[in-house]
Amino acid sequence: MSAYPAAGLEAAAGALITARNIVNRFGTQVVHDGLDMEVREGEVFGVVGGSGSGKTVLLHTILGLHRPNSGEVLLGGRDITRLTGEELRAVKRDYGVTFQHGALFSSLTVRENIQLPMVEFFDLPAAVLDELADLKLRMVGLAPEAGAKYPAQLSGGMIKRAALARALALDPKLLFLDEPTAGLDPIGAAAFDELLLTLQKNLQLTVVMITHDLDTIFRTCNRVGVIVERKMVTDTLEGIVGNDHPWIHEYFHGPRARLARGGERS
Amino acid sequence: MATSAWFSGDVAASMPDNTAMFLQYEHRDGALTLRPVGRWSIDNAEVIARELRALDRDHAAQGGSGAVRVDASGLEALDLSGGWLLYRRVHAFGEQGAEIHWQGGPPGQISFIEKTLHDESAAAAPAHVDEDETDLTESVRSVGQWALLQVRSFLDALAFFGRFCAAFGAALLSAKHMRLPALVRQVYETGVQAIPIVSLIAFLISIIIAYMGASELRKFGAEIFVVDLVTVGVLRELGVLLTAIIVAGRSGSAFAAEIGVMKLNDEVDALKAIGTNPTEVLVMPRVLGLIIALPLLTMIADIVGLLGGSLLTYMLLDMPPQQYFARVQEAIAPTTFWVGMMKAPVFAFLIAFVGTLRGMQVRDSSRELGRLTTVAVVQSIFLVILADAMFAVIFLELDI
Repeated sequence: MSAYPAAGLEAAAGALITARNIVNRFGTQVVHDGLDMEVREGEVFGVVGGSGSGKTVLLHTILGLHRPNSGEVLLGGRDITRLTGEELRAVKRDYGVTFQHGALFSSLTVRENIQLPMVEFFDLPAAVLDELADLKLRMVGLAPEAGAKYPAQLSGGMIKRAALARALALDPKLLFLDEPTAGLDPIGAAAFDELLLTLQKNLQLTVVMITHDLDTIFRTCNRVGVIVERKMVTDTLEGIVGNDHPWIHEYFHGPRARLARGGERS
Repeated sequence: MATSAWFSGDVAASMPDNTAMFLQYEHRDGALTLRPVGRWSIDNAEVIARELRALDRDHAAQGGSGAVRVDASGLEALDLSGGWLLYRRVHAFGEQGAEIHWQGGPPGQISFIEKTLHDESAAAAPAHVDEDETDLTESVRSVGQWALLQVRSFLDALAFFGRFCAAFGAALLSAKHMRLPALVRQVYETGVQAIPIVSLIAFLISIIIAYMGASELRKFGAEIFVVDLVTVGVLRELGVLLTAIIVAGRSGSAFAAEIGVMKLNDEVDALKAIGTNPTEVLVMPRVLGLIIALPLLTMIADIVGLLGGSLLTYMLLDMPPQQYFARVQEAIAPTTFWVGMMKAPVFAFLIAFVGTLRGMQVRDSSRELGRLTTVAVVQSIFLVILADAMFAVIFLELDI
């Protein structure tokens, strides 16, 4: 295996997201310079990178929240960097996102949070909305009683789960998670990993996950993309661990990584 | 739409009872056969729910049945929302005693829903515990809750005042606790930066009084008293009152919002954890700063108001400024200016106190922040006007 495998060159069947030649600049600071990324259908794709390497900017670029200086992002065949208005809205309806700190709407109850995307896009009877919200809550392992609470009344782990429930409100096939296990205790984080795997298997989800949690990467990810030197190096989990780029090597062979690799995905 | 191929075995070649888009069904020999077709996804959930209700009505009209067969082979897509609608309907038939048969086994989504519900059903407590609550008990309870809330709010304000006094006492004993840089910044933000708007308002108000006075007093040939009207009106009442109202809208809201956001970000807790007193750091500089700034603003408003009066009397009554200011000297009693000025620190305290108190009460959500910021402004304006009325009565009694 070469030291810097060029991502996206290996043409894979069923690429759900293809980002080509992404350039993101803020003033003189270049965050991404010709970054390529490809996510295939049905996989859990981990995005890894040092602090400030532009993981969240990349996520926002793919979500269509941030327009890159150049490059294209194909989401299910549509280049979202060129879409506007209703077309972009239609794309956004097809994916679910959780943000770093949950980003639940603090003035709405958890149930209203989950129902918001449904109400926004569809005209469903109130009873069906309530039932669907309760189902989503149960699905992410929350009791329906949690639905009546406000986000401020929830623990960190519950917020992550409620955010996941909201992301799944419209039954998307594509799920983006920004640091889903950050701030959780190891037991809670492990439970979240299992929950994610269960949902991914049962709902046939494609998951793109930004994470720093090595345990989560080894437990859940099929492939990993590492942002180094403003580009992305993508490989399978085994391949990326064997990559000899100094930063990637340090990341996957540091003292913490050695401990985490015990739980590698089988 | 329906062809002879869509049922297997004994019911083949029969036609469905309906011709809906997503749900075909048929009652035959006391058994109901359901055949969901097309895309059962959330996009179509509205129509699907409607068709399921139609099925309900029809099924009840048929008198129910002992067996329900579900043939999911015609589904093009089934997501969790569609799966839920199907599961719920079929499950309800099961509850009514019907025998459920999934032809070819239930789809994965249905199994997943069943598993999800099964996992939780043991742990889940009943969702509604107080179902027997009537309108009467509910209204009594809400009145009681409101009363308790008022008491708690009053005690809250009292405790807040106590903390402020304690912090102020500590500041008097030691300059370190005075937080001078913060205080100066507050004077700048609430005072210096408010000069343009306060001046403009004072100018406009003096013009309104002078204009109105001139047109009325001219009927009696007493135009000269326009000067008295402007002078006494601005100095005693309107200068300070309007300045206070502007400052309440400007700074009272800013106090509540600034401190409220800090509360939401746990910054206030961080201050406590560092060992500093939030009242000393956040509340006192704002209160003392405004107590310094508002009288100065009032003075500026008074000056601009009198200048505006001189301009108007010159234009309307052809009264030269020298005569105007000579008349001003005659019109005011030695106390007139101070009657206005001494209200300013009181108003300042009320505005800053209410603003910071409401800010400190923000908890949990951005909606609270907005609500309490509004409350801060409305309450401080109300308290300023109330205090002004009380001053008017007191000064009348004291014959000032």
